[in-house]
Amino acid sequence: MIRRAAWCAPLLVALLLSCCAGRDDDETLLVMAAASLTDAFGEIEVAFEAANPDIDVQLNLAGSGALREQIVQGAPADIFASANAQIMQALVVADLALVPMGFASNELRIAVPTGNPGGVTSIDDLANSELLIGLCGAQAPCGQFARQALEQAGVDASVDTNEGDVRALLGKIEAGELDAGVVYASDIAASDEVDEIELPRTTQVDIAYPIAILTESPNPHGAASFVSFVLSPEGQAILRIHGFGP
Amino acid sequence: MTTGRKIRQRAPWPLLLLGSVGAAVFVLPLIGLATRTPWSRLGELVTSDVVVDALKLSLLTSVLAAAISLVLGVPLAWLLARVDFPGRPIVRAIVTLPMVLPPVVGGAALLFALGRRGVIGEPINDATGFLLPFSVWGVVVANVFVAMPFLVVTVEGALRNVDGRHEAAAATLGASRLTVFRRITLPMIGPSVRAGLVLAWARALGEFGATVTFAGNLQGRTQTLPLAVFVALEQDRDTAVAISLVLVAVSLTVLLLLRDRWWSNGS
Repeated sequence: MIRRAAWCAPLLVALLLSCCAGRDDDETLLVMAAASLTDAFGEIEVAFEAANPDIDVQLNLAGSGALREQIVQGAPADIFASANAQIMQALVVADLALVPMGFASNELRIAVPTGNPGGVTSIDDLANSELLIGLCGAQAPCGQFARQALEQAGVDASVDTNEGDVRALLGKIEAGELDAGVVYASDIAASDEVDEIELPRTTQVDIAYPIAILTESPNPHGAASFVSFVLSPEGQAILRIHGFGP
Repeated sequence: MTTGRKIRQRAPWPLLLLGSVGAAVFVLPLIGLATRTPWSRLGELVTSDVVVDALKLSLLTSVLAAAISLVLGVPLAWLLARVDFPGRPIVRAIVTLPMVLPPVVGGAALLFALGRRGVIGEPINDATGFLLPFSVWGVVVANVFVAMPFLVVTVEGALRNVDGRHEAAAATLGASRLTVFRRITLPMIGPSVRAGLVLAWARALGEFGATVTFAGNLQGRTQTLPLAVFVALEQDRDTAVAISLVLVAVSLTVLLLLRDRWWSNGS
């Protein structure tokens, strides 16, 4: 008897969860957002839901490249906020996204673990094979921007790992497993376990974040009010706090 | 043999129906993969540097991981099956934890234990300069972590079902416990050890989450086939599909060959 009850337990838990987790009377809004927007959009989600109690925002955070692939494969999403204008443009050309609007900008920085154990002082140190250096993979916008900056500075980086997205890279720098990596200024603002080293003025890369409503959006009305909120003074103020430029 | 054939002819329809649906769960994704495969460019795609490097690394690390799982896993399974030590249920649960744990969590846990700032990793790195993360050995360790439980569970199950009389007889004839294990127990559980070994190897070959978290991702050093698929999926779907096909082909070939040689006459 007890044994039989034990078998049923996971099933019961699943049933209970499925009946209580659904909020069917709410509109939902699926927002695909670049990994670097994790904290800022988390806060925007809370503020937007407070202002629009009937809309339930769900954030899907990943590298912009991965998100594009999900959208191309028909993910039932309403909004795409990309860290890369080219990725957004590809979706617009494929008729998957409507008119994109710039809503934030960002800059690149070198992040090192607090206390800088590797003694990194400039972008030139990224070529030091004695240090453990990480970048985002070339498939992620932060990886493309970092490679542009390195090329401009004429530095051939000695890379030990190409991380899938900027948050994965930041996590390994925070943990002290990497000595340095190139991330966004906004990521450094979000973390109290890394120090930042500025890139030379000559290597600054222009990083603009576009947001767009998706052509197949199941909830275009809700999507429009979310985009307006992101562009509103309240949404912009949240983005500033998290280290994004206008 | 004749009874076996009879059963096959008269498969009851509910079993046939549900079994077929069960098979479809595995066959349909393969068909999906085949329909997206760029057959005309396949040769060129699978011989690119990225794919060749990843294939070599995947074969090397999965075989090493299976071998290490064998050397450490069989004794562990024996301890779990035969020695009634305190806390055995807890140890058994911990050993099988990687089977249910999301691999990314496993990778993070490995980093906290064996990374440069890890509980054990830091003193080792201070003393010897040796570092597991971002190295080939990091990939092997991540593979062992996720794969060995499959071997341990299989072998422990077999050890529990072994008829103890042969071992007892050998012991009364003066064989030491190690001799009994080597000459009596091991041959009796041979088929299960081989099955566990194949399961562990297959799991290691497909490993992604723990590897990318613990060992990182660098072509030629830590980028195995599953990692290469992940990267390619965001850049060039044709390449991703081609690499997936390589992975499927390697796995199927090995599993089919081993099944013929090891499993059909083993049990």
